[in-house]
Amino acid sequence: MTTRIVELRRGILKKNDELAAGLRQRYTAAGVLVLNLVSSPGTGKTAFLERTLRELLASGARAAALVGDLETDNDAQRLAASGAPVRQINTHGICHLEAEMVGKHLDGWNLADLDYLFIENVGNLVCPSSYDLGEKIRVALLSVTEGEDKPLKYPTLFNSADAAVISKIDIAEPCGFDREAALWNINEIRPGIRIFETSAKTGAGMHEWYAYLAEERANVRA
Amino acid sequence: MHELSIVSSIVDTVTESLAAYPGARVKEVRLRVGVLAAVVEDSLQFCYGIVTEDTPLAGSALVVKTLPVMAHCAPCGRDVEIASIQSLRCPRCGAPATDLRQGRELEIDCIEIVEKSGGIA
Ligand SMILES: Nc1nc2c(ncn2[C@@H]2O[C@H](COP(=O)(O)OP(=O)(O)OP(=O)(O)O)[C@@H](O)[C@H]2O)c(=O)[nH]1
Ligand SMILES: [Mg+2]
Ligand SMILES: [Zn+2]
Ligand SMILES: [Zn+2]
Repeated sequence: MTTRIVELRRGILKKNDELAAGLRQRYTAAGVLVLNLVSSPGTGKTAFLERTLRELLASGARAAALVGDLETDNDAQRLAASGAPVRQINTHGICHLEAEMVGKHLDGWNLADLDYLFIENVGNLVCPSSYDLGEKIRVALLSVTEGEDKPLKYPTLFNSADAAVISKIDIAEPCGFDREAALWNINEIRPGIRIFETSAKTGAGMHEWYAYLAEERANVRA
Repeated sequence: MHELSIVSSIVDTVTESLAAYPGARVKEVRLRVGVLAAVVEDSLQFCYGIVTEDTPLAGSALVVKTLPVMAHCAPCGRDVEIASIQSLRCPRCGAPATDLRQGRELEIDCIEIVEKSGGIA
């Protein structure tokens, strides 16, 4: 018997990474800005997107959304009420979206007809950070009800984000939310990241977010 | 959950690479995992035992090499190791670490296999 070392040097999520790279090329060629929204369950991703979609459509922009959930199409129904094209991705037990699922749900959509495509990930602060969906911008959301140290508990996710949103600021006071600590913690994990403080309920802080979207959209326009 | 799909992917990759070594048995699978890879070694090991049953990897050991975060610090002009992922700052000068060079790896480094003697070496 002889033993032998075989070098493999292969990324374990290589298949997902390759599919994501293909999607990224498609998005860029179509000139659509793609964002992947990640947070804990219940942080307010759907509420934040509902408001964002309504605003974008009212301003004449073309926006669509994919929404991932383990089961049900409740979130897709809420988002579709904005008038935007929306598709639900049911992952049936898988706790995150993968590039392959996204690719399949784009069938029949002409991406070149879109300015923005939002992907609401499954509520989960762990594995969505490992699965690239080809997005240009990964947005990590944190609500004022979750504790300011969430970024420290889930550093991988916040470190992999391109922008952060603090949601539900309308109830910051009764929740005893320590704003300075939250901003500090996010910055310790992802130094220099853009942070938006918003309420999907009152609309507070949303204008900075819309301005950021417009800027980023202008950057991808072919 | 996600450890399970990681392990399945390891089994697929290793099984494919075994095609070149007929009759070989896998002794060890070595991974390189960055501390920012969002993978828990205990759950990996747990899933590994279950998923490899009835595969050519059955009975093999999974060896995980953990890689710390390395960043390039511009003020210091060199790569530095970041001690804590709760605070991404240069340990020498305290500057925020934005230019990460290591820490997100999730890869199979190599495998150790045992070939039957008499087989082509
Ligand atoms: N006060 C207040 N409540 C909010 C706000 N945004 C969302 N909520 C409430 O928070 C709860 C969860 O909101 P969702 O938008 O469904 O959260 P989600 O992140 O999409 O949840 P999952 O898809 O299940 O992960 C709902 O009861 C919302 O009404 C906000 O800005 N202010
Ligand atoms: Mg939702
Ligand atoms: Zn998952
Ligand atoms: Zn330094």
